[in-house]
Amino acid sequence: MKFGTEIVLLSLFAFGALVAAGFGVDEPFRQHMWVLFFAVAGFNAMLMRNTDFKPAVPIDPAAYMDGPIRYGAIATVFWGVVGMLVGVVIALQLAFPHLNIEPWFNFGRLRPLHTSGVIFAFGGNALLCTSMYVVQRTSRARLFGSNLAWFVFWGYQLFIVMAATGYLLGITEGREYAEPEWYLDLWLTVVWVAYLILFLGTILKRKEPHIYVANWFYLSFIVTIAMLHVVNNLSTPVSFLGSKSYSAFSGVQDALTQWWYGHNAVGFFLTAGFLGMMYYFVPKQANRPVYSYRLSIIHFWALIFLYIWAGPHHLHYTALPDWAQTLGMVFSIMLWMPSWGGMINGLMTLSGAWDKLRTDPIIRMMVAAVAFYGMSTFEGPIMSIKTVNSLSHYTDWTIGHVHSGALGWVGMISFGAIYYMVPKLWNRERLYSLRLVAWHFWLATLGIVVYAAVMWVSGIMQGLMWREYDEQGFLVYSFAETVAAIHPYYVMRAAGGAMYLAGMLIMAWNITMTIRGYRREEDPMPGSIAALQPARSGARKWA
Amino acid sequence: MGLIDKHALIEKNATLLLVGSLLVVTVGGIVEIAPLFYLDNTIEKVEGMRPYSPLELAGRNIYVREGCYLCHSQMIRPFRDEVERYGHYSLAAESMYDHPFQWGSKRTGPDLARVGDRYSNSWHVQHLTDPRSVVPESIMPRYAFLKDKPIEVKDFSTHLVANRRVGVPYTDDMIKHADADLMAQADPNADTSGLESRYPKAKVGDFDGNPQQVTEMDALVAYLQMLGTLVDFKNYDEAVGYR
Repeated sequence: MKFGTEIVLLSLFAFGALVAAGFGVDEPFRQHMWVLFFAVAGFNAMLMRNTDFKPAVPIDPAAYMDGPIRYGAIATVFWGVVGMLVGVVIALQLAFPHLNIEPWFNFGRLRPLHTSGVIFAFGGNALLCTSMYVVQRTSRARLFGSNLAWFVFWGYQLFIVMAATGYLLGITEGREYAEPEWYLDLWLTVVWVAYLILFLGTILKRKEPHIYVANWFYLSFIVTIAMLHVVNNLSTPVSFLGSKSYSAFSGVQDALTQWWYGHNAVGFFLTAGFLGMMYYFVPKQANRPVYSYRLSIIHFWALIFLYIWAGPHHLHYTALPDWAQTLGMVFSIMLWMPSWGGMINGLMTLSGAWDKLRTDPIIRMMVAAVAFYGMSTFEGPIMSIKTVNSLSHYTDWTIGHVHSGALGWVGMISFGAIYYMVPKLWNRERLYSLRLVAWHFWLATLGIVVYAAVMWVSGIMQGLMWREYDEQGFLVYSFAETVAAIHPYYVMRAAGGAMYLAGMLIMAWNITMTIRGYRREEDPMPGSIAALQPARSGARKWA
Repeated sequence: MGLIDKHALIEKNATLLLVGSLLVVTVGGIVEIAPLFYLDNTIEKVEGMRPYSPLELAGRNIYVREGCYLCHSQMIRPFRDEVERYGHYSLAAESMYDHPFQWGSKRTGPDLARVGDRYSNSWHVQHLTDPRSVVPESIMPRYAFLKDKPIEVKDFSTHLVANRRVGVPYTDDMIKHADADLMAQADPNADTSGLESRYPKAKVGDFDGNPQQVTEMDALVAYLQMLGTLVDFKNYDEAVGYR
């Protein structure tokens, strides 16, 4: 019977949730377990409607398993829209505080929804589906484990739904980017170990002698995130039927553990994983080999070694011992080199194909992604210098920096990869519209530029106002005055974010139409007509 | 480049790649984090620090729940402007019982490490209920609903037990009286001598102005009012604490 075991196990799971909803010791936990019950029961009902008793069709062991990747691509776009929409909402809340609706939609509960939504739901799904796509094709092997990939995909979606609803109910550990409570942490650990087995198992049964460079990055991302997640979330629950837990560490130790985790969520989730994406999709889309094999080796090992040390730069001038702060700063500056090694390797892969920038908006998106990667990995080391940090810390400069990395690098490289994969996954000749991709590119790029520039102004201005003295030696501004001063920038930031969201909505439309099999009648991209191509010798000069 | 050629070994062996990268990524954490747990000078010895009283702990849990740390830091850096604006720079010892720490990373609102005793209880209640009625420029959300939400007192001692498991020195006496202490601290008419001996400097009062019940507003204001008040800096020896 198709899905037989799954349906039985899910029924037990749903029953367990129901029991927990009845006997939970605190109200948010009971509410959360109701959410779990309905999510699992609803999913189970869907499985039951699709079950049948026919003998299973034998699977071609040589064929790639693309089902979870198709779902993953759709999930990436869906969570992208959700996460960015919440981002625009909270940006507007900061500009117009009356938009807070207590208690569930106050800024403090929505902000983790935004950060987790874009990092773990959008970015995480992009990593899941691209890694499954890349590892099969570069290993020439079907995904390991028969339905393991489906478990990883749906298990991860359950984590996202539970984490998101938990935030709104006020269930949080209070650690940035690691907010989900202990029971969701345990669930994510299970899913993540399954993901590691899936990925490693596929590599182990590869038919290529070498493991392709993209897979080094994906593998190190998966294994490092496992380590970070487990250590940072060590805690003791008040009750096994309650939502609240207390962190195993306190104060200084807790702070450094958290930022060791937090900075490497950036370093491994948002960097190493997406570099894996870059190493496959940029050469594919440009139809050129990776620029330098040696550079990829050096920057891979240097990047993963150095990144882990950089966490303390989030704690400059705090009660963290000075030696740890300085160590963090020094390693953050050193980190600039391997970061730019990756950027150079990505950009130079386009050698001989730079003309495609004019004709192929997908390549344009990927190049912009790598350029933003270079920019934010240059800005980051600068901000990690203690003197600079004394001004930038606690201000919007940090927020701007994060977004130039997240919107510019993570967002754009994911968009490029999705635009590349979707026509292939659904056997479409091309995307619904390339011109819409160009629109998406410009809206996203301008949105980021507005966002980052506005946050520089707002952050540096507020930082300077906080430390401004008059001739008599008194502080010039009250805190409230600095809040009032940055109001116009908060409005502009929301506009920048809305532009980026508009691009994302265009993408959602484009991808939907592509999947449904439509093709928009449109003129080819300017310059893509053969007669307008520059002569080959001319192109050489540029390359 | 002979060394680079040897890399082919790693590229052809997934186990080697996995183990190699895991080893490489563990070094930084071991060198930076592990010493903090055994170096004596990580946390200076100061007088006055004590575990949170049950009501304060309940308030702190509300602070965490509402994500206050996303806009308010609790970490004053040793700069002239910060010390003048917020008070003495924060000491490591002042967050030694904080599971989790709430130092924060962004000041959309001001630092709260020493907000205790700066405003009256009724100011806090008014501010939390409608921030712009007292600070017109404020962009803080309203938290009026806290006034109507009675606190879940039943078995609050389990929270103290959980904290003790992770190293907070709650005594058996404190755990035994946890539920009663929680109620007593928000009741100006209660006998609080036990509470005050267990938790020196604990502020007692009807924080939310509603004597009928102990609400989440009581707990949150009790927490805010004790922030940064435990260490008496008149007796703090800068030179000994400096490192």
